[in-house]
Amino acid sequence: MRFDYDTSYHDGKRLLRYPSQWLAYGLLVAGLLIAPWVLPSYYVGELNYLFILSIASLGLMVLSGYTGQVSLGHSAFVAVGAYAHAWLLAQGVPFAASLLLAAAISGLVGLALGMPAIRVSGLYLAMVTLAFAILIEHVIGRWKSVTGGYNGMPVDPPVLFGADLSDLTSFYYLCLAVLAVVLVMLVNLMRGRTGRAFVGVRDSEAAAASLGIWVAGHKVLAFVISAAVTGLAGALLAHHVQYLTPEGFNLLLSLELVLMVTIGGLGSLRGAVLGAFLIGMVPALISQVKPLLGERIARQFGLEIFFFGLILAAFVLFEPKGLNGRWLKIRAFFQTFPLYRKDVFRRGKSYMKSERYR
Amino acid sequence: MSADLVNIAQLALNGMATGAIYALVALGLVITYKATEVLNFAHGDVLMASAFVAWGLIVGLGLPFWLAAVLTVAFAAVLSWQIDARVMRRIVGQPQFAGVMLTIAIAFMVRGLVSMFFGPESRTYPTPWSQQTTHLGPVVVADLNLVILSVAMMLTAGLYMFLRRTALGVAIQAASQNQLAAYLSGIRVKRVTSLVWALAGAVSGACGLLLAPIALVDISLWIVVLKALAALVLGGFGSIPGAILGGLLLGMIEQFAGVYLPDGSKDIAAYVVLIAVLVLWPRGLLGEAHGRRV
Repeated sequence: MRFDYDTSYHDGKRLLRYPSQWLAYGLLVAGLLIAPWVLPSYYVGELNYLFILSIASLGLMVLSGYTGQVSLGHSAFVAVGAYAHAWLLAQGVPFAASLLLAAAISGLVGLALGMPAIRVSGLYLAMVTLAFAILIEHVIGRWKSVTGGYNGMPVDPPVLFGADLSDLTSFYYLCLAVLAVVLVMLVNLMRGRTGRAFVGVRDSEAAAASLGIWVAGHKVLAFVISAAVTGLAGALLAHHVQYLTPEGFNLLLSLELVLMVTIGGLGSLRGAVLGAFLIGMVPALISQVKPLLGERIARQFGLEIFFFGLILAAFVLFEPKGLNGRWLKIRAFFQTFPLYRKDVFRRGKSYMKSERYR
Repeated sequence: MSADLVNIAQLALNGMATGAIYALVALGLVITYKATEVLNFAHGDVLMASAFVAWGLIVGLGLPFWLAAVLTVAFAAVLSWQIDARVMRRIVGQPQFAGVMLTIAIAFMVRGLVSMFFGPESRTYPTPWSQQTTHLGPVVVADLNLVILSVAMMLTAGLYMFLRRTALGVAIQAASQNQLAAYLSGIRVKRVTSLVWALAGAVSGACGLLLAPIALVDISLWIVVLKALAALVLGGFGSIPGAILGGLLLGMIEQFAGVYLPDGSKDIAAYVVLIAVLVLWPRGLLGEAHGRRV
């Protein structure tokens, strides 16, 4: 077992506190840095996609996992980010500025949705965001002068300070860098004053308000941050798919994002990344197993969505804390080695409590 | 009657015909919501699955329509009963979000299974009312729409009486208000809950059966559940008469928006209504007023 023994005030604030953490994260970073040189290009492309999904999933995690505001419409922000970025690039805005502006525009859209939407919560908020995503999809389809409508819109290749980043390996490093920056910023945000206020709002609005936290303001702020980060992911996704159509940002994408944060484990950034990797890999894994399933089942496109459902159901039923919860259990098992008991994480029996009056 | 008035009456009637479908779907949603506080996102997929089953029975096996109808409704009821008894029951007491996620998971699985078994093609089947129209004065309406409208009305009246007047209906209400207290007064809460799900399933089965000849039997049939949500919100969330009223109104709003507002507003009218009502007037038309408990 490990005991905290702090010798200075700074010890408690460090992100990586133990040599083992330095080792583990160092190995992870080293592995990710050399990955494009050793992996076949197919896997590098897949990893790019997974990184982008992770960024979007992190964005949703801020809102759903930390602030407790369910959103079934985050594909709207991915779409806004992607289209804003592509349009800005087409107007001749430099890549880096366009990336940040796309995130800012997406954040503004988040502000526009968040301000009215925080009047409702729970199921109602889920419905408002769902309807919002459908609205945005229709708006993009109709606004032909900017988005090209249903015919789609090509995306200019990314050029950063004169260097073309459109080949797989440089794009890999770009995505990895953005993911790392977003992750570090969010980790720091979430363990600071703002993040704690978010968690307070999630756990009890009344308690948070009585502690002097501005509940409405923090809810809107969570919306804005979440939308901006998701929009950033959208901007990168635009380069990954290279050609934007409204169908690419449909309801299924929203639901996949919700799947990622739920399966990853609500309220944990690690979970958001793990969930994005798991859900992002499902289509590729299914295409790997398809040859084993026989002709009749394998050629149907319903297989993918069926597996999404199966995975989600399994997690909700058997591991509601998600991949992050499972990871914590495994870690506790090894840290406390002979002492671990199943009951440490046991759930009590419960009856339905009405949420109608909340 | 002037041509404008006839036009408006025709639009209103068309709107009510579409709205009756939304109302029926919303009715199924609201029953489960009232009893279990789960918003059943799988409702539309049970509907879609029953439409496919009806097609299989009528066109595939060549059964007469009425026999197929009874079998389809029974199929949807049994499917929903099983969904509750085997899956939904396990997450009782967990936050509402878990229910949303689990019904979405079930929806995905049903959708995947249906598209694996039947394939992605759209199809259609005949009903006793297909291709026939009735003239009400100068206004023309398809018989199928009249049937849907009357089924919606009858089901609502029947359910309303059932929940208010019969012992089982009162037991359902009791179980929805406080499971533990209901259990202690001798109500078999689990069975009652499953029964409610079966009831909602039967409604969605009937709905799929009637909707399919209008809208083609297709995987995307489930989308009607989103329109039904808007109807439900408009009518007042959790109110059975509100679901019907909201459905009919929403159908009319869509029709009039399609004619009098710019191109494309018909498709988004339902979602604009949903957002506007929830943000500006969350109670809806007939919803119960709920205070916020701290």
